[in-house]
Amino acid sequence: MSYIPHTPEDIKQMLSAIGAKSIDDLFKDIPPALRPKSFNLPASKSEFEVTRALRKLADKNAAGLVNFVGAGFYDHFIPAAVDALSGRSEFYTAYTPYQPECSQGWLQAIYEYQSIICELTGLDVSNASLYDGGTALFEAMMMALRHTGRNKIILDSGVNLIYRTMLYTYTSNLAIEFVEIPVEHGQSSREALLKYLDDKTAAVIFQNPNFFGAVDDHSDMVEQVHKFGALAIASVYPVSLGLLKTPGEMGFDIATGEGQSLGIPLSFGGPYLGFMAAKSQLVRQMPGRIVGATVDSEGRRGFVLTLQTREQHIRRERATSNICSNEALCALRAAIFISLLGGEGFKELSEHNYQKAEFAKERLSRINGVQVKRSSPTFNEFTVLLPGPADEVVHRMIGKGFACGFPLGRFYKGMDNYLLIAVTEKRTKEEIRSLADSLEAVI
Amino acid sequence: MRLIFEKHKDGRRGFSYGTSDVPAAKPLALKYCRKIRAQLPCLSELDVVRHFTNLSRLNFSVDTNFYPLGSCTMKYNPKFTERIAAWEGFCQLHPLLPQLSGGGMLAQGSLEVLYETDKLLAEITGMSAFTLQPLAGAHGELTGVMLIAAYHRDRGKRRKYIIVPDSSHGTNPASAAIAGYEVKVIPTGADGYLDLEQYKQQLNEEVAAVMLTCPDTLGIFNPQIKEIADLAHAAGALMYYDGANLNALLGKARPGDLGFDVVHINLHKTFATPHGGGGPGAGPVGVSEKLVEFLPISRVIRRQDATYALDYNYPKSIGYIAPFYGNFGVILKAYAYILVLGKEGLIKTAEIAVLNANYCQARLKEYYDLAFDKTCMHECVFSAWRQAKNGVHALDIAKYLIDQGYHPPTIYFPLIVKEALMIEPTETESKESLDDFIDTMIKIAHLAETSPAQVTQAPLHMPIRRLDEVRAARQPNLCWKKSLKELK
Repeated sequence: MSYIPHTPEDIKQMLSAIGAKSIDDLFKDIPPALRPKSFNLPASKSEFEVTRALRKLADKNAAGLVNFVGAGFYDHFIPAAVDALSGRSEFYTAYTPYQPECSQGWLQAIYEYQSIICELTGLDVSNASLYDGGTALFEAMMMALRHTGRNKIILDSGVNLIYRTMLYTYTSNLAIEFVEIPVEHGQSSREALLKYLDDKTAAVIFQNPNFFGAVDDHSDMVEQVHKFGALAIASVYPVSLGLLKTPGEMGFDIATGEGQSLGIPLSFGGPYLGFMAAKSQLVRQMPGRIVGATVDSEGRRGFVLTLQTREQHIRRERATSNICSNEALCALRAAIFISLLGGEGFKELSEHNYQKAEFAKERLSRINGVQVKRSSPTFNEFTVLLPGPADEVVHRMIGKGFACGFPLGRFYKGMDNYLLIAVTEKRTKEEIRSLADSLEAVI
Repeated sequence: MRLIFEKHKDGRRGFSYGTSDVPAAKPLALKYCRKIRAQLPCLSELDVVRHFTNLSRLNFSVDTNFYPLGSCTMKYNPKFTERIAAWEGFCQLHPLLPQLSGGGMLAQGSLEVLYETDKLLAEITGMSAFTLQPLAGAHGELTGVMLIAAYHRDRGKRRKYIIVPDSSHGTNPASAAIAGYEVKVIPTGADGYLDLEQYKQQLNEEVAAVMLTCPDTLGIFNPQIKEIADLAHAAGALMYYDGANLNALLGKARPGDLGFDVVHINLHKTFATPHGGGGPGAGPVGVSEKLVEFLPISRVIRRQDATYALDYNYPKSIGYIAPFYGNFGVILKAYAYILVLGKEGLIKTAEIAVLNANYCQARLKEYYDLAFDKTCMHECVFSAWRQAKNGVHALDIAKYLIDQGYHPPTIYFPLIVKEALMIEPTETESKESLDDFIDTMIKIAHLAETSPAQVTQAPLHMPIRRLDEVRAARQPNLCWKKSLKELK
């Protein structure tokens, strides 16, 4: 099967119009010596055969574990209308809306998405999406380096280690000085920030809630950052923003994050959604597509890709970023998800997450040998200290049908006995109780 | 259409989480809570469904319109791959599962998909190994350039420059610059090929790599490609293959055999995964043997007992370039597509893609000037130079095509062709579709001579006329609150 509609007669007529004897004639520019040395691929299969083979693979995955693993990527409920609407092929088989007259649906949807991201983060402007939370954080860092003309970055160690590692990878060929400041009692260390902050600092990067689930109010630290002329960047978990103080309220200049929790399935790591919002004075430093409203020649409102002189297709090596394709369909899902929930529903989502995690903390703290860390408030994820190595406990809990959390020893030295547990709105009281009972049995 | 915010009514709900089944907890201290409530639109579920359904109807898409957008390979996206990617066994799997102790066995199906896709792409391109992590084509480019940088650093010399032709995609120089390189641009000669003399002059031991698209953005296969690669290698530079145009070469030539060291593939182009209105795509990167040790971690391996696992033990790896294993949902669709096509289907894809492009070129070259009159590969590039003399520019042609129900070709790219019209029909379009499009293009050429105003006024039949893009850039309105203010 190859989805090709041509009949032999079509091919004959087309070759004749071209003036070629055969299809091979069309490939004459490829010298014989450069033809494939091998092209050892399997024979074609039917749709039914491939569907059956992949069903077997899907069945080998244990997607049905009761999930308490988060660590930046969360198991949230997705209303059916999100799939139905984003599954309309007028959306998913289109491409970047370069031609506004035949892309108003996409352009307006992205404008609405941008507006939603501004509302969630409390900032002025958003772009049309980036790949994921980690690359979005890298782009934010690059904005700060360009904006300040400096080359030092202070990184809070409460930022997801995956993202910190990505920042190091991306800058390995650039001359950037990184300083990591420690987390103390769950929150960002004020003392360490003041020690390292100076007039060479381009930006300070925080995460809220941080990787350990702890919630902070960074307002005082952002104020210090600004005193030194540096930018403050926050990586945030959007679902928490129904409840938590926004990056805008704390004075952050740029907010980024992973938008997977806004109606996008976990899907083994992607596709996800990097979002970015910033203060309006930084808009010309932003990477990627941006949609703006304008009017047509008859004065009617319409939407276009705008401020494109920042972008690679015009500015080439002087562009603010190399990004071209983004995650538009995931941004659309987020816009639909938020539109379904509305203000009330979104607040409810945030509150359910907070309350279920608080319930789980209370229930787990009753287990002998389990110590729930309470030095700082948390949102929907928290840390517990176990009497032995957390990864062994995780292993035993898989046998009981639970993905019970993320063992922190994998990312942090000396934290082998710590487990990071996420509780979303999907987890029922019964599942939380059952988690506690099983945990009690295996430790 | 009104914005969704303008359809808001206090008290409406489109979704409810019901009553929480746990007791109310002590509220979070106020200093941690947001004071300004997010002003999100409140609508019923039907309101939301109707809003986005009606928005969708304002788009041209592959499923509704011929979409010959050059360089983007807007081929048909088979439906069965969408169904597979939506199965819970795939889409509900947490990416950290295989990183838990004993968790690898719980993700064997997905790990096998990654492992097998890696092997298939390696055979298709003639490369030694792949990373599937890059999340789009440009992300693949950046990854590839970082691999090149790691290779040179490992050999003790950083090198300073990356060479790109003036016909390259904008992402090539942008990716090189972001990875810390300076860019040298080589002009295209009067024959449509890279200017070899200039190229030789610019090549030296400070050049880290040469980035090329093949067939190039003019739709031409350069028969001197091997010589270009050999010259780069002799100078110690590596060859980078921009895979945007791989569709033309399936089974006909492999980047690895042509002398390329690093290759990125756009799965959303060649391997038929939907473009999603701008993404998500996927940009896997393949490398030759000497670069394998630098590939990002983790990598998926197959153990002797035929199980699959993640391997992090590559001390020279550049590290993490994405949080996990790439855009898994996209990779899965591409895998299913390759399995259905098989060897013969892949070869036929390249053949018919090239046939369709040459057919368009042959039938239109009497009416539009060709940038370079050669046999083309999967796309043909015209110049509307002749029409522009009568005031009908490439942009006007594009707008007239929209009125006739066609998504326009790529216009004004490559930058070296004045008034460029870059047509990529792809293999999934029938002769009838092409004939209708060609007839419309011929009609436009005729109108450009007899009644140019008819073309320059277009579009007349779309929901909006041409938009004031200058105003959009000078008075940016990027958020609905700005719209509110402007209404007042």
